[in-house]
Amino acid sequence: MIAPSASLLYGLCGAALIGLGLYGFVVHRRLIRRVLAFNVIGSGIFLLFGASSYRDPAAGADPVPQAMIITGIVVALSATALALALIVAYARLAQSGALPEDAAPGADDEDRP
Amino acid sequence: MIASLFDLTLCLLILAAAGAAVFGRAAFMAVVFFIVYGILIAIAWLRLGAIDVALAEAAIGAGLTGVLLLAALARITRRIDAPEPSTGPDRTTLATALASLVIASAIAFAFLTLPEPQGLQERVAENLADAGAENPVTAVLLNFRGWDTLLESIVLLAALLGIWTLARDEAWGGRAGPRHVTRPGGVLAQFGRVLPPIGLLVGIYLVWAGSKQPGGAFQGGTVLAAVWIVTIMAGLMQAPRVADRALRAALVIGPVIFLALAVAGVVAGAFLVFPPVHAGWLILAVEAVLTLSIAVTLAMLVFGPPEEEEKP
Amino acid sequence: MTSSALPPALALALILTAPLFGALAAMVTGRRGPAIALATVIATVAGILTLLVIIAGDGAFTLAIGGWEAPLGIQLRADGLAAGFIATTALVMGAILAIAGKPFGSGAQERRSAYTFWPLALLLWGALNAIFLSGDLFNLYVGLELLTLVAVALVGIEGKRETLAAALRYMMFALMGSLLYLLGAALLYAAHGTLDIALLATRVGNAPGDIVAAAAITAGLAAKTALFPFHAWLPPAHSGAPAPASAMLSGLVPKASFYILLRFWFEAAPDIAGTSVLMLLGGLGAFAMIYGSLLALHQDRLKLIIAYSTVAQLGYLFFVFPLAGGESAAQPWAAGAWSGAVFHALSHAMAKASMFLCAGLIIEAIGHDRLPGMKGIVRALPMTVFAFALAAITLMGLPPSGGFTAKYLMMTASFAAGQPFWALMLILAGLLAAAYLYRPLALAFALPDEDAPAPKAVSRARQAAPLVLALAAILLGILSAGPFAFIQIGRPGAAVEGLE
Repeated sequence: MIAPSASLLYGLCGAALIGLGLYGFVVHRRLIRRVLAFNVIGSGIFLLFGASSYRDPAAGADPVPQAMIITGIVVALSATALALALIVAYARLAQSGALPEDAAPGADDEDRP
Repeated sequence: MIASLFDLTLCLLILAAAGAAVFGRAAFMAVVFFIVYGILIAIAWLRLGAIDVALAEAAIGAGLTGVLLLAALARITRRIDAPEPSTGPDRTTLATALASLVIASAIAFAFLTLPEPQGLQERVAENLADAGAENPVTAVLLNFRGWDTLLESIVLLAALLGIWTLARDEAWGGRAGPRHVTRPGGVLAQFGRVLPPIGLLVGIYLVWAGSKQPGGAFQGGTVLAAVWIVTIMAGLMQAPRVADRALRAALVIGPVIFLALAVAGVVAGAFLVFPPVHAGWLILAVEAVLTLSIAVTLAMLVFGPPEEEEKP
Repeated sequence: MTSSALPPALALALILTAPLFGALAAMVTGRRGPAIALATVIATVAGILTLLVIIAGDGAFTLAIGGWEAPLGIQLRADGLAAGFIATTALVMGAILAIAGKPFGSGAQERRSAYTFWPLALLLWGALNAIFLSGDLFNLYVGLELLTLVAVALVGIEGKRETLAAALRYMMFALMGSLLYLLGAALLYAAHGTLDIALLATRVGNAPGDIVAAAAITAGLAAKTALFPFHAWLPPAHSGAPAPASAMLSGLVPKASFYILLRFWFEAAPDIAGTSVLMLLGGLGAFAMIYGSLLALHQDRLKLIIAYSTVAQLGYLFFVFPLAGGESAAQPWAAGAWSGAVFHALSHAMAKASMFLCAGLIIEAIGHDRLPGMKGIVRALPMTVFAFALAAITLMGLPPSGGFTAKYLMMTASFAAGQPFWALMLILAGLLAAAYLYRPLALAFALPDEDAPAPKAVSRARQAAPLVLALAAILLGILSAGPFAFIQIGRPGAAVEGLE
């Protein structure tokens, strides 16, 4: 049996993941890293949602949010797949993994390993 | 309490993995940490009593998303994949960090002040007998909120069309993705011989069991897709041509049958209705065709657009 | 409610599934896109006509999908607002699909973009119809995601470096917008145990969770509607796509997220709105209007002018929030402001789609869309230039167009509400639109250069498509009484007798 406070813990963990992912989404210039951050935010939202629907352990987990979260996971995967394919196609043409406006001045030097 | 200590440790591990995935300098390591993160999240779902979500997260959130990220990294040239330049904390990053903190705190505050939960557990349980599935999550996915699921299966196809449209004109019609060259005696080739029969069984079991126990079309479809992907990467099979009619029929058959069922409800003055008497086998049938379409679509998402020039 | 349940269910089923069936069929068959599109138009229009008759005769109705009432199931809501958007969308899609047969027709061999265009366009239509009929915030999320992925794919369909960058930029904004919307929906469900709009209306209050949720949903949808400061993705995305895609992207796609905003603020959470938030939304709209107009003045390519004009025109859709939301909602002018915004959304959809189709025909004739090259184009494309001029009248808000009715309604409301600032902005918007649309029109009527290459011929039938749309936008103004009464059907708080 899970203690009621545990769902609280996972909810707060979800909120922290949203903040963490948000930071990554904004500061990263490389698009692939932003897609990764998008997925961190997404799973943070799902965790928050799932935790909120399990606050009353006696009632059991609410199946409706679970179904919505599964739908959300598949939708996020679809968006991720399209975004990554776009990034690959763009990188092939532009020789860059970031959008033109995000390429910092002198990025050529910085981009070297 | 032991349970709470475990939960606390798990949450800290999740945050640490997420931190490594977001802050890590090298993109490859970031993706590896992201996959670890996904598996940890799946364990969290078990703790939250959501086994179906745990399966979906492990298979799709961690597994397939991780594979997609790794494949994309491999296809981008080395120069682009160089680690992020280490820019010290400047004003923008500090401001972003502060803003993210404020937003996360607002969300946490909103979560902490939520009113008493008013879930739909009871309502789902009351109607489960008429829904045609004993697993409440499957009943919600296929029946109570079937329209969401139908649209979602089409979202997958939209993503695939978007990916296909990124092919070069010369390559159109050809085999999806780059050509996979595998050494015949290599690990992947061995793996490719052993895995498919096992995976096939697991995938079909997940769909079949999904109406009673956790599992279902999306989880089962993912396992089947993984089997196909490994078989092709092992060189035992070639990826299909995007112009192949059989492939295209397999992609759409699930959504088409689901849509046809939705329209059939019109006879009773309704939309997307599973008559309670027939709901059991109808749901199983819809799930079976959906699984096929989902598996094929997911595999095609991983292969990507056709890359080799078509020779007429 | 109707006496028989069959016609309403049939109408909704046709509207929801015909475009999706069409898309799946086009995805399999490959080279039959235009024929499938024609069949889809016929089936969908049959459903829409049935729906219009039912709503006009018997009023708004809801249909519980699968027979499951909310909060367990998803409710379809067919009211005047939904039917108005659905009918306008069908008209615009019909014109676009009619004109797309040439650029996206297949020869003996299946071609890449000629293959993917048709299922993508039909999926876009299906997603729009699903959104306009949905009464559930999570179902709207799935519909919105379908729409977004298809829209991103259409932006990148040319496969050039610039269009892929535009598609990626759009994708990044859209991803963030989806997440914010999803967060809001999750918090609302956690608090109220439902995402049904009608049920939420009785439950949403002013708890911290509700406020964070409303803020997240609004910001997410504003990013997808390209409201300032989330507008940066729009002009390159809308101008870089082929003309039929641009027409859908600019005329229709942003309307979906705006429509959800309308449903959310006026139906799901009417009591949550604070005056400052509503003023902020209106103010951002005003900013977008000025910014978009000034940039439109500075462009030298026709499609970019039209795209920046969209930033401006979407901006003043947001004036509806200070004029009809919050404390204004109970006031007599609220209905006028709300109807004005809806009229603007519908007439802009037709006029903007018409303009992009015109631009596409001009590009077909002269090979590019740089302004100097348009000199004297009226001789080669008289119908197209006429359509462009009619669409411009709507965008400027001159009588007797639908754009005029929209502005008239909103300005009346703004004076009645004692907020003349918005009326001033609407006048300024009209003047700026006249300024940035004058340049291409003046060039089109100018004498062509002697040494200019002769434009290629474009068939009359294809020039008719944008003309029909531009005429429809004018007719919406001339015959505004009927549509005005129709969109009120089923509006919460609307004083229409004999309806629920």
